[in-house]
Amino acid sequence: MWDYTDKVMEHFKNPKNVGEIENPDAVGEVGSIVCGDVLKLTLKINPVDQTIEDARFKTFGCASAIASSSVLTEIIKGKKIEEAARITNKEIADYLGGLPEQKMHCSVMGMEALQAAIENYYTKKGIKVFPGEQEKIICKCFNVSEKTILKAIELNNLKTVEQVTDYTKAGGNCGQCKGEIEKILNDYWASHSQKPYPELTIVEKIKLIEKILDEEINPKLREDGGWLELIDLDGKTVKVRFLGACSSCQLASQTFKEVVEKALRDKGASDLEIVLV
Amino acid sequence: MNKVIYFDNNATTRVSPEVKEAMDLFLTELYGNPSSIHQFGGQVKKHLEEARAKVASLLGCQPEEIIFTSCGTESDSTAIYSALNAYPEKKHIVTTAVEHPAIYNLCRYLERQGYRVTYLSVDEEGQLDLEELEKAISPETAIVSIMWANNETGVIMPVEKAAAMAKEKGVLFHTDAVQAAGKIPINLKANQIDLLSISGHKLHAPKGVGVLYIRQGTKFVPFLRGGHQENGRRAGTENVPGIIALGKASELALKNLEKERSYVGQLRDRLEKGLIESIPNIKINGARAPRLPNTLSVSFEFVEGESILLLLSDYGICASTGSACSSGSLEPSHVLQAMKIPFTFAHGTIRFSLSIYNTEEEADYVLEVLPGVIKKLRDISPFSSANSAH
Repeated sequence: MWDYTDKVMEHFKNPKNVGEIENPDAVGEVGSIVCGDVLKLTLKINPVDQTIEDARFKTFGCASAIASSSVLTEIIKGKKIEEAARITNKEIADYLGGLPEQKMHCSVMGMEALQAAIENYYTKKGIKVFPGEQEKIICKCFNVSEKTILKAIELNNLKTVEQVTDYTKAGGNCGQCKGEIEKILNDYWASHSQKPYPELTIVEKIKLIEKILDEEINPKLREDGGWLELIDLDGKTVKVRFLGACSSCQLASQTFKEVVEKALRDKGASDLEIVLV
Repeated sequence: MNKVIYFDNNATTRVSPEVKEAMDLFLTELYGNPSSIHQFGGQVKKHLEEARAKVASLLGCQPEEIIFTSCGTESDSTAIYSALNAYPEKKHIVTTAVEHPAIYNLCRYLERQGYRVTYLSVDEEGQLDLEELEKAISPETAIVSIMWANNETGVIMPVEKAAAMAKEKGVLFHTDAVQAAGKIPINLKANQIDLLSISGHKLHAPKGVGVLYIRQGTKFVPFLRGGHQENGRRAGTENVPGIIALGKASELALKNLEKERSYVGQLRDRLEKGLIESIPNIKINGARAPRLPNTLSVSFEFVEGESILLLLSDYGICASTGSACSSGSLEPSHVLQAMKIPFTFAHGTIRFSLSIYNTEEEADYVLEVLPGVIKKLRDISPFSSANSAH
């Protein structure tokens, strides 16, 4: 059974603002019955000050989908359109006291319905807010676009394909698009990670390696009575030696090779390779 | 929580009072190890063998053809691996697209290990096509494994005919009878099934005990190796209280078989009929196939299963769903998909599974509460016409 917060259960059992506004000023409908959740959001918007005067929803889905829809309407009522446009799925989830990781896509669905409604509002008024380029669909099973995936990565700081699936459902069925999702993640983080480090001098590299060994690697290895020692830095090859008692650490140090290389990469020395001698 | 109305007996069952009483002694005074030389431990062996005989009676086989395991999953794994190890040159398995994960996910894993697996399809009623089986079996096939009854829909498979087909082609036949045992008659003397799995906690024994039937003369390779228990076929100190409990539970199940068919069957039909009459746009899954008397799989159009269960839970009503959201997967169960249940229905599938401990009042209470629950959710659903008949 899911560990839903009291707030989720409250909004699921007694959802606020259920229904459909007659002659709405904006409609946003996202999801599909095939995928298991659909949210239809209708808004009444004051034409003078652009305030959302009323918001109603109808949702087909699980408890967290219904609760997310309910709090979405609560959050946006009384807000101006441009304020509402900045609401993220995280705010919806936070308002609910959090959602299980695998249910985060329900909060994303709320955000998407709101954005669809706002887009619909402006379109009706003849204003094109979002560039009308064709959306590239990445996950064909759940009809998830590249835009949705990128937005979820950006807002929620997602790092793995599994997280992207939890937040957007993309890749959750046949899994064929997992490679593409991975590429999107890699490209995103390649262009969004901190500025590249200036080229390190040899002394800086050595200091960095020793710091990583002392602070991150050896404390763990020492628990088993072993440690790694830097022997030499030969061009791009870092020679380290394993010292210590038990042979299982020798095996464990193979995994530490990857850990050290990753730590080096994170700190800007991406071209170094660890060799055990 | 108030009173619990337990309609989830395909998930697990309550331990019968008689079963609890029977096992009590082996949790207290008679704690010896049946393998011990001394009289104190040795006396337990006799009780173990009595339990084995009772299980054998339920299954219509010889006591020597039974080994005790820790659960249905262990029995299933033991059967499949035994066949693969006994016939290492054969790299093909035939099973169905609607097996329990104990077989289904094992086969998926074995595919990655280089085995070829044929997953037989089912029709919209969840039923197998024996012609497809006939074509699937090849000289390469090490084992055919077909569940006796499906856990989600209760649909009963023609396993005896399937076993005869396999036998004719000289291929081992296994059946996961975890849901069938105790609910419908099983007589292994009258068919050609080689291996059969059952689980204690589905028939009012506690969790942690299972059985694998191995027909006399079947080539067998143990799954767990170690001590000489179970005639060297399953190492590990016996779960004595569990085995005693399963013996007692089997004795009761045999006695109650007729009651399962008549009493439980009528209760299920009462629930089914009541739901059809009181809620529009529903679908009974497997309705035209032979089904276990205790299982009712019903799909409610345009609502989602987890939501239904959570609202029912407030009334103390326990059931299950094959919907995606409950499990954290994103797709409806593989069983519903294999049956090609339309998506508008599949996400709203609820399984009620009854036992002899359920009453008419409980069924009527569900009938009183459920229409309101469905109406409430359909009122929230954007497909609002669902509350009225098409």
